[in-house]
This record gives sequence, C-alpha cells and structure tokens, in this order.
Amino acid sequence: MAKKKLVLIGNGMAGIRAIEEILQLLPDQFDITVFGKEPYPNYNRIQLSKVLQGDTEIKDITLNEWQWYEDNGILLYPGETVTKIDKQKQVVYTDKGKETAYDHLIIATGSNPFMLPLPGADKEGVTAFRDIEDCEKMIDASKNYKRAAVIGGGLLGLEAARGLLNLGMEVDVIHIADYLMERQLDHAAAELLQKELESQGMNFYLEKQTSEITGKKRVTGLKFKDGGAIPADLVVMAVGIKPNIALAQESGVEVNRGIVVNDHMETNIPNIYAVGECAEHREMVYGLVAPLYEQGQALAKQICGMNHQGYKGSVLSTQLKVSGVDVFSTGLINETADTKSIKVFDEWQNTYKKILVQNDKLTGAVLFGDTKEGTKLLSLIKKGANVQEYLESQQAGDDGESVVAAMSDEEIICGCNGVSKGTIVSAIKNDGLLTVEQVKGKTNASRSCGTCKNLVSDLLTDTLGDEYEADTKESICACTDLTRDEVVAEIKEKGLTYSKEVMNVLEWKTEEGCSKCKPALNYYLGMVYPQEHEDERESRFVNERLHANIQKDGTYSVVPRMYGGVTNAEDLRTIADVADKYDVGMIKLTGGQRIDLLGVKKEDLPDVWKDLGMPSGYAYGKSVRTVKTCVGAEFCRFGTQDSTGMGIQLEKKFEGLNTPHKVKMGVSACPRNCAEGGIKDVGVVGLDGVWEVYVGGNGGTDLRKAELLVKVKTQQEVLEYTAAFLQYYRENASYLERTSHYVERVGIEHVQEIVNDDQLRAELNARMDQALSVYQEPWSHVLESETTLKDLYQKVTAK
Amino acid sequence: MEQRTVGKVLIGNYEDLPVSLGKAVVVDDKELAVFRLSNGKVKAIENKCPHRGGVLSEGMVSGEHVFCPLHDWKINVSDGLVQAPDEGCVQTYKTTIEDNKVYVEITDQ
Ligand SMILES: Cc1cc2nc3c(=O)[nH]c(=O)nc-3n(C[C@H](O)[C@H](O)[C@H](O)COP(=O)(O)OP(=O)(O)OC[C@H]3O[C@@H](n4cnc5c(N)ncnc54)[C@H](O)[C@@H]3O)c2cc1C
Ligand code: SF4
Ligand code: FES
Repeated sequence: MAKKKLVLIGNGMAGIRAIEEILQLLPDQFDITVFGKEPYPNYNRIQLSKVLQGDTEIKDITLNEWQWYEDNGILLYPGETVTKIDKQKQVVYTDKGKETAYDHLIIATGSNPFMLPLPGADKEGVTAFRDIEDCEKMIDASKNYKRAAVIGGGLLGLEAARGLLNLGMEVDVIHIADYLMERQLDHAAAELLQKELESQGMNFYLEKQTSEITGKKRVTGLKFKDGGAIPADLVVMAVGIKPNIALAQESGVEVNRGIVVNDHMETNIPNIYAVGECAEHREMVYGLVAPLYEQGQALAKQICGMNHQGYKGSVLSTQLKVSGVDVFSTGLINETADTKSIKVFDEWQNTYKKILVQNDKLTGAVLFGDTKEGTKLLSLIKKGANVQEYLESQQAGDDGESVVAAMSDEEIICGCNGVSKGTIVSAIKNDGLLTVEQVKGKTNASRSCGTCKNLVSDLLTDTLGDEYEADTKESICACTDLTRDEVVAEIKEKGLTYSKEVMNVLEWKTEEGCSKCKPALNYYLGMVYPQEHEDERESRFVNERLHANIQKDGTYSVVPRMYGGVTNAEDLRTIADVADKYDVGMIKLTGGQRIDLLGVKKEDLPDVWKDLGMPSGYAYGKSVRTVKTCVGAEFCRFGTQDSTGMGIQLEKKFEGLNTPHKVKMGVSACPRNCAEGGIKDVGVVGLDGVWEVYVGGNGGTDLRKAELLVKVKTQQEVLEYTAAFLQYYRENASYLERTSHYVERVGIEHVQEIVNDDQLRAELNARMDQALSVYQEPWSHVLESETTLKDLYQKVTAK
Repeated sequence: MEQRTVGKVLIGNYEDLPVSLGKAVVVDDKELAVFRLSNGKVKAIENKCPHRGGVLSEGMVSGEHVFCPLHDWKINVSDGLVQAPDEGCVQTYKTTIEDNKVYVEITDQ
C-alpha cells in the first residue's frame, strides 16, 4: 500500500511536536514533507529569552537536529515558504516553485509579532522578539549601541529587557497599563515584580503610549502621546502576537482570529488541519506551548485514525524566565464578586501568594518570590480540586518532605509538555534513567521552558536515592563519574603518577580521555607531585605544548617576558629587528603591558625565540601571566610605594607557575589603582606604609571585583601572602576555574582564615617553593632539545 | 592544470612521528594531518577543520579522535566524521606502513 502523503507547513514547535506524536503512534506510515520559512531545523523558541540573557547559545536550542529529519525519512525544506494551497487538487505551492501533493495537510504557521503601526516603525533599529534573526539583531545592536527601549511590559517584553541589560545596554520599558504583566499578575504581585526588576537596573514608564519613533535612518528615540520623549537606539516591540493566518485565509480555509478548528483540529476543509498558535479552538487562540502540545496529541490521533476524545481546551499557567525573579500565575488572577482569596504576603522574604477560591474550588493563583507550589496549584486547579485538598496537601508538604514526594502521581511536573509525576517516575524505573537529560529525552519533561528541571532532578533523587546523588555531582567530564576532589584524592591515595594510569585505575569510560580531562589530569598530577611528575606534552593544549598562542589562521603569537611591564631601549631594538626579520603580521601591546608579535609561522618560532634571547612571557598558559604595574612612587606624584619594583619581584617569583587557569596580577602605588588591581586575580595596592592584597577579581567574561585578602607592611609579606593564596588556589580549585569563581565559591572569609593562619601559610609557602623549584624557561628549553624541535616544530613535506 | 599526485606517497619514517600527537605533512598542494595513535596505527586526514579551518594536526588526540585546537570540535581520525553535536566531515587518506616507512594514498578527485 502506498504511504499517505503528510505535509506540514511551518517547521516550528507545535507542528514538529505533532509530527513526533504521529511517528510514535504510527512510524513508517506516512511520507512526510515539512516546509519551514526559517532556515533552521526546529528550535526551541522559548529559549531565545535565555539566549538573549546569555544563559545558552543559539546552537544549543535546537530541538530536532537535521539528522532527526533524516532518520525519520522526513523531507525538510528549510528556508522555503508555502505560498498557496490548492484545496481541490490537494497540492501546496512554495516560493521556490515547488509543488507537493498531500493526503493530509497540517498548517502550523504560528504567529507574527504584532508591530505597532507607529510613524517611524520601519526605521533601522526597530525589531520584534520572535525568532533567531531578531535575537541576533539585538545582540548585534548591543555591541554598537547603548540605549534600548522595550515597548510592552508583558512576559516577552520583560524577558527581552532582562536580556538587553545582560548585554550591557541601558533599558527602558514602556508599558501602556498601570502595572506590569497585567494579564498574568494582580496589582500586588506586579508591584513586587517591578521593584525587583528596578533593582536589577530596568527603568519603567508605565501608562505611557508611544506615538512616534524618531530618528533619520536609524531610530534615535521615542515620543509619547503625553508629550514626553526618551532617547533610544534600539527599539524592541513586544506588544503581542497575531496568528499567522494569511495563507489559510487566501486559500479559502475558514478563519476568525485564528484558523478555526474543531476538537479534532480539523478546519472546515477536508484533510486540512491546523495546530499551534495559528489555530483558534473554541474561540481561544493560545500563545504558550503547553496547550499547543495538547493540540498536537489530539491531532496525531486524528490523523492516525485512532479513537480519541479530541482536544477540549487548556488551563494556562505562566512563568517569567528572568533570573532572580520567580513569578507564577494560573487560572483566574483577579478577585470577583464571588471569589474568596487566600493571601500570604511575607514582606521580610519578599514573597507573595494569592489563591482564588470560588464555591470552595480552586480557580486561580498568583505567586511571587517563591513559586515552588506552582505546579501543584496548576494541577489542582486543572482538575477542579476542592480548597480542602490543597490545605491538606500543604500540611503534608510541611513535614520536611520534598515537594515532589508529597505530590500525587497525576500531578503535572512539566507544564509545557504535560508530563505527570507518575510518567516520569515510571520512566526512571523502567528505563533505568539516571539524569535529567535522559528524562528529557524519554518523556519530554523539561524540554521546553526548562523551569521544571529542579523538580525533575528532585524526582530522580527521590526515586533513585543515593544512586542519583552520585550522578549529580559534577564530574570532571563525560569520561568519568568522579569529581575533581575524588580524582585528586585517589591520585594521592593510590599514588597514581601519570594520566593513563589514572584513567585506567579509576575506570575511565573512554580509553584515552578527552580534551577536557587530559589537560586537567596532567595539571592535577603536576600539582600533587611537583617534582616527580613528568609533564605530558600530548595532554597540553596546543598553546602550552608549543609555548605560543595559536591564531585563527594557524599562525602564532609571541610575547616575550617583560617583568612588571618595564623594558629598555636595547630590548625594544631587538624586538623591532626580530619583527622585521620574520615579517610579523602585527606588533601590538597587550592588555597586560607586554609586546605581542602576531602572525609568526610555527616553523619560525624557535628562530624567533633565539633571536629575541628573552624568556617566554607565558601569554598562552594556564599560568601566572603578567604583573601589570603603575609607574609608582619613583615618578608619579601620587605614588606612595615602589609598585614597579613590587611587580617585578612578584613576576620573577611566580614566573612559569602552573595554575588551574591563567592568573593575572596588578600592582599600583596608590588607591587610584592605575594597574587595575580590582579586576585582577591578585591585585596589590600600595598605600602609605601599607600594602593591600586583593584577590579573586576578573575583568573578562564574568566581571568581578577583587576582595581584600589582607593588609601587610612589607614587600616580603606581599610575596608570602600571595604565595599562600596562589598555592591554596592551586591545590583546591578545579582545573579551568579562575580565582574569581573559586573565591566566589568558597568565600573570601574561608581563604582569609587559611592564609592568616601562620602555620598553614608557612606550609603553603613551602609547597609553593617546591612547585617553583622545577621551573624551566620553556623557550630556551625547546632550543636545547633536538627531538622537541623535530617532533613539534618542523613541518614535513613529502617528496 | 594543477598538479595532482595519485597513488602512494612516502611521508617519512614511522619513528619520526611523535606518539599521540599530530604532524602536518605537505603533499603537493594538500596539507594532511598525520597522527600516530597510541595503539600504533597511523591515520591521515586533511589538516583543516570543517568548522573554521582549524589546524587539526595541533589538536589534542584521544584514542581515535582529535579535538580541534580552535573550538574543540571532535573529529574521528579514521572515518573523518565530526562528532555530535557538531556536524561535518574531513577527507581521510589511507595509510600504509612498510619497512618502517609511512605512506599515504592520495586519490585523484
Ligand atoms: C522569546 C519567547 C519566549 C517565549 N517563552 C515562552 C514560555 O516561557 N513558555 C511558553 O509556553 N511559551 C513561550 N513562548 C511562546 C512559544 O514559543 C510559542 O507558543 C510556540 O513557539 C508556538 O509554536 P508554533 O509551532 O505554533 O509556532 P512557531 O514556533 O512560530 O512555528 C511556526 C513556524 O512556521 C513558519 N511559517 C510560517 N508561515 C509559513 C509558511 N507559509 N511556509 C512555511 N513556514 C511558515 C514560521 O516561520 C515558524 O518557523 C515564547 C516565545 C518567544 C518568542
Ligand atoms: S596608581 Fe597611583 S601611584 Fe600608581 S600611577 Fe596611578 S596615580 Fe600614580
Ligand atoms: S575551526 Fe575547528 S572547531 Fe572551530
């Protein structure tokens, strides 16, 4: 029998979910073709908020990889728009001139963002927030522009605003109502929310209507109806969506607000169905995935010819995906004449809860601050539970039991995908699932908005007990279940001495590890046995193996050591000569006050080093990099101490030290802190008669202010405390953990306690001295070794 | 017409290849990454990551895989396939060892 031809228009969340459901019910029964306007495989639109907020990346939000389409024999036409449906001939036509016949046609075209028809709305710098393209536009804009205005203080607008803040923009939110998220929250919760968001840096204009977007080619600001105006160089419109029904309408399918469907997701035209945000069911159009997935289930059964109840509509719940803010609401949100409410407002903990009761039945809830009860309330409200049941369940929950343990099996854990506790628990048991990732793969729970991840994890703990605990610890990498601490302990206990042995004895899952654990093990071994461990060059990342920094084109950069950033005319002349001789691409000053020669060919590296005759500046290593210094007392009119001298001493002492991640230092001679010690791993500030040592600062990816470790009197003490701190960090941090993360994790007080203990400090210093005793200047070392030169630096040309 | 080498090309002595590391080898207009794996086998692939052209011979080698030095893509040196979640492949070349000499087979394509 020939397979039935199934065509899907719209490669989005609802349509593909329906296809997944169909494949589960009847694999191999249909020839499936999918047309998608966007040039990507199906991705998780919801996570765009997280992409914008920097929690994840576009490449990580794909729901169905290209391979999935292939594996399931689905013909996908990405970047292709269906322009016409011939409902008589049962054929669809695309903008690329394709014609495809169908037996069943699913329209899942989603929505379009609603763009206010304001004067100026077509200017450059005005965008919606709907798809990857919008998201990229905003990220790009944040690189060149400063001020963003978000029109719309609903869910989407606030998530966009938070994202733009994270991207470093100043953000104004313009909202037409007198409080935020007025469709999901009551006044009280909205005010708490506003306060919280203001403290995160958002600025609000409530009860404001925009009348015009100003600017020439690109937007420069907004004007309001009431006469006010604000500057803006990016405008995001998040004022709502409208179902994308044009294609259906033009093709003669009945539409109202959306494409009208019955409980079987059928339109008025035979063999044409609609699902998702474009569909209108019982006069409701939905804009969240949970109902769309329920529709998908009904639709799948319908197309597969199974008996089913049909889709009956959904109870909605919303959560705001802004870090540091927990908001939940479902059902009825505002009091009416015949509702009673349970309200708890805890000003101290800043939490708010309101539950609405109508004729003894739960009908709605708003939570702020603490949303743990959200899923429970949602399922109670869905089944029309009595208020008594809720109150009893609350008491049960108070006995220190975990929230999930108190839940009944029918209770929904993942709202988006409608996955109940029972389903998850039996999947964990029957399929031997061990991780949240596996539960997601099997049951879909936490696959969409991700807010229920914690509950899923709790369920794993609950169901598996200690077995799961063992699995949630952060292992070094996928090659082992052991954590960093366990591995280091085993190395010491069992006296393991080289990486392969570690992997072998500790039963690594891969034979030779991966790019994560290899360098980590090599580091740990060197840290535990500073004098005995033989560095494993094959476990070193290229930069550390070759002692130069690889560039994107495969050339390298060379940075000679320049203690404290101080140089002299002779060295500069030598550097200039070398640059000429080897034709370097660019000479540049680094952020750490050094000179960088970029674009050196690998084969030339040894000669470049020989001609320079200077030590390696270690600009490539997980190692002490540079000590940046200010001019200090010798020349500066504010200087109180010899900052350059101090910096040179530090750099000479710690030169070549292997550390879990790079370590940058700065020494200044007064609080003006010209060497920027506040954002260094170790920042030293000289005051009159006192040196302050700060640690754990970072000026890079995760900006963090260094914290004061200690104040001391002499240069000797600066060296001693710095050594104690660095050694303690070396011994306890995970490989690739910067001091900023490490100090944040263990707390500055803890570190202070250690280094202020005279005995511990002395011991740490002794171990540091050991570690430093094996330092060999790497460039000259390479030049001395014929084999290293041959193995690593010489190119082979076949004859 | 550009020069083409078809057939077996000698690229050097087996011992001259460093263990568990890659080596860039230029054969006419092609650059190969040749790996001497810890299991003794020698593998050759094109020396260019399908992502952004990273020099694969400088990657970290683990078992039958090399990790690109630029962005850590993981590539199988036997079949040339990029490992999930990334996608793609690189050209592989057959290698033979005779009398301690390593040859690669360059095919005309
Ligand atoms: C930033 C953001 C955050 C969100 N957060 C949440 C949340 O936390 N929780 C939640 O439940 N929901 C959230 N949503 C909403 C959720 O993403 C949508 O409800 C869901 O994606 C709708 O699925 P759909 O398949 O109906 O539409 P879509 O996912 O939009 O898919 C429709 C697809 O069809 C394509 N298409 C349209 N016309 C044609 C044509 N003629 N030919 C071919 N292709 C066509 C479109 O380009 C689109 O790719 C969020 C949305 C956004 C934008
Ligand atoms: S930190 Fe103080 S002493 Fe050092 S250069 Fe700046 S102003 Fe002068
Ligand atoms: S170039 Fe190879 S991973 Fe990016």
